[in-house]
Amino acid sequence: MSVGPVLDSCRAEGRAALIGYLPVGFPTVEGSIEAMKVLVESGVDIIEIGVPYSDPVMDGPVIQDAAVRALAGGVRLADIFTAAREVSGQGAGALVMTYWNPVLRYGVERFAADLAAAGGAGLITPDLIPDEAAEWIAAADAHDLDKVFLVAPSSTPDRLAAVTAACRGFVYATAVMGVTGARTSVGEAADALVSRTREHTDLPVCVGLGVSTGAQAAEVGRYADGVIVGSALVRCLTEAATVQDGLEALGILARELADGVHRSRS
Amino acid sequence: MAMTSNVPAYGRFGGFGGRYVPEALIPALEQLEEVWRKAVVDPEFVGELERLQRTYTGRPSIITEVPRFAEHCGGARVILKREDLNHTGSHKINNVLGQALLTKRMGKTRVIAETGAGQHGVATATAAALLGLDCVIYMGRKDTERQALNVARMRLLGARVVPVDHGSRTLKDAVNEAFRDWVTNVATTHYVLGTVTGPHPFPEMVRDFHRVIGVEARQQVLDLVGRLPDVVCACVGGGSNAMGIFHRFLDDASVRLVGFEAGGEGVASGKHAARFSAGFPGVLHGAYTYVMQDDDGQTIESHSVSAGLDYPSVGPEHAYLLESGRAEYRPITDDEAMEAFSLLSRTEGILPAIESSHALAGAMMLGRELGRDAVILVNLSGRGDKDVHTAAQWFGLIDDEGRVADGALPDEPGAKGLGEQQ
Repeated sequence: MSVGPVLDSCRAEGRAALIGYLPVGFPTVEGSIEAMKVLVESGVDIIEIGVPYSDPVMDGPVIQDAAVRALAGGVRLADIFTAAREVSGQGAGALVMTYWNPVLRYGVERFAADLAAAGGAGLITPDLIPDEAAEWIAAADAHDLDKVFLVAPSSTPDRLAAVTAACRGFVYATAVMGVTGARTSVGEAADALVSRTREHTDLPVCVGLGVSTGAQAAEVGRYADGVIVGSALVRCLTEAATVQDGLEALGILARELADGVHRSRS
Repeated sequence: MAMTSNVPAYGRFGGFGGRYVPEALIPALEQLEEVWRKAVVDPEFVGELERLQRTYTGRPSIITEVPRFAEHCGGARVILKREDLNHTGSHKINNVLGQALLTKRMGKTRVIAETGAGQHGVATATAAALLGLDCVIYMGRKDTERQALNVARMRLLGARVVPVDHGSRTLKDAVNEAFRDWVTNVATTHYVLGTVTGPHPFPEMVRDFHRVIGVEARQQVLDLVGRLPDVVCACVGGGSNAMGIFHRFLDDASVRLVGFEAGGEGVASGKHAARFSAGFPGVLHGAYTYVMQDDDGQTIESHSVSAGLDYPSVGPEHAYLLESGRAEYRPITDDEAMEAFSLLSRTEGILPAIESSHALAGAMMLGRELGRDAVILVNLSGRGDKDVHTAAQWFGLIDDEGRVADGALPDEPGAKGLGEQQ
């Protein structure tokens, strides 16, 4: 069940899609799924279901901290499939974001089969480039799953061509050179990168890294097909005094972000 | 011999290696590979590196035969390759000088590095001082505490040392943090990765900068003994000193290559860094290799008395040498390593690094297996000055507050120690 149709319908509405990341297992597996449902109810179009990993080199402190706490709480890789089933049952796109080793250990083909069976749309792979992804690409194609690879401001035209050619669903453009985390400004590099990426593909191009407010979502939504928000959402949960407070803060921020993408092209 | 004539997939040793990193770093890796491949055939670069090795590092390093130590090795002849005598006290300087020169060639002004024991951090800070580069060293908080003197050394050399509080607060987390810095600052910064792992071209490049160890040692042993050694021993954390001494011997079929991993409190205890005894193939820090991991692919924290071997993964070429059968790997416990540390100190007047003591303990084990006619070459990869505090605590020579205490060394004859003589 590709996220392609979700992005198409957003495009038909004349707006960017809103894509929200949360790690499964924080504060608990049930709590994280509850939080993902809050995002869907608050106007998030696609959920990025994060796999907590012991060595997340692309993540800043907020997501690292949530991952450490989720792992300490006993989250298991198989919980991803429960989350994918629940999220897709809500009618939202359910993309899994994972570092590569957990998938390798589970078995690439087996992971693809189980993800497809759970209604998952596919994978975002921050540390897997298409050059190393032959096994994943074959499994994804066999199970009709999206393959979302990343491009960066440093990507050369050759790399943009190679990476976009391997993507299905959308292309993930990292707004800045760096790791995940809220930033005061998303920067001009993102706009330029989206333009450069579009020279090589007709796929939707979505922008992540650094977006944390409705105003930033509106700004990025003007040139990107999707706005990806992670750390700012995770922080709603990690900084809340109670689970209920966290879900409330999450709903408020998600509605602000949704409002941002809705007015981005108006 | 087939070993070196095999042409593996791009950036791979057999099936191991590769480039499992964020896309943002790929252009930097491509640039690094291009600049490195051009440099090593450029007489100016080769000449400059050789000059630094001769006039700064102190190469060639000597070999030393150690007959009194060898009495504890089944009577085999034991010869040490003295990388401990290099400037900065270990083999690490070989790689760092090469990469620092490449940094200049790439027009970058800043270097970062990870360090466990502090040897690679000190070497990087040294090269940065020599060549006028800004330098930041990432070091797990736990390691900054057990290697406080090396933190001071790095700072004296002008580097900024950043303690890492994430995860297990040891070497693997320092590598994570160095990657995060690199992906943010790659335009100005080169990551001087300290061992033979990471994304291609690091494993091959770092090996080649250390290859001089084996090239020198092979000729030195031939000159001394008149034949090749039967066995070459080296400790294996990431595996750079081992690849450095092994590589020149790969085509010598008669020479056994044996790597010694940190067995910690014993492989059965779960507290060790014996990746080849208890790990599985997987990806960590950019390379497909053996990794200590659980059923979900989460990295398992390693354990060793030696900070430099306390790492849950290992260079991909070692994984290939294991699977192809060209090299063998065995665990050495903390106890065995510390016994060898003490023994070499007392029989030969050489304080080895605790890392290298694992190779010495391996030589004791192999010597007893092979007997009197065997010739064993051991890479003494570093000196033990940095480990005096750890060793003194281990043997009870100082207490937890660093005051002189009453402990006894394992083979100290009769005496109870200093306390009794007072």
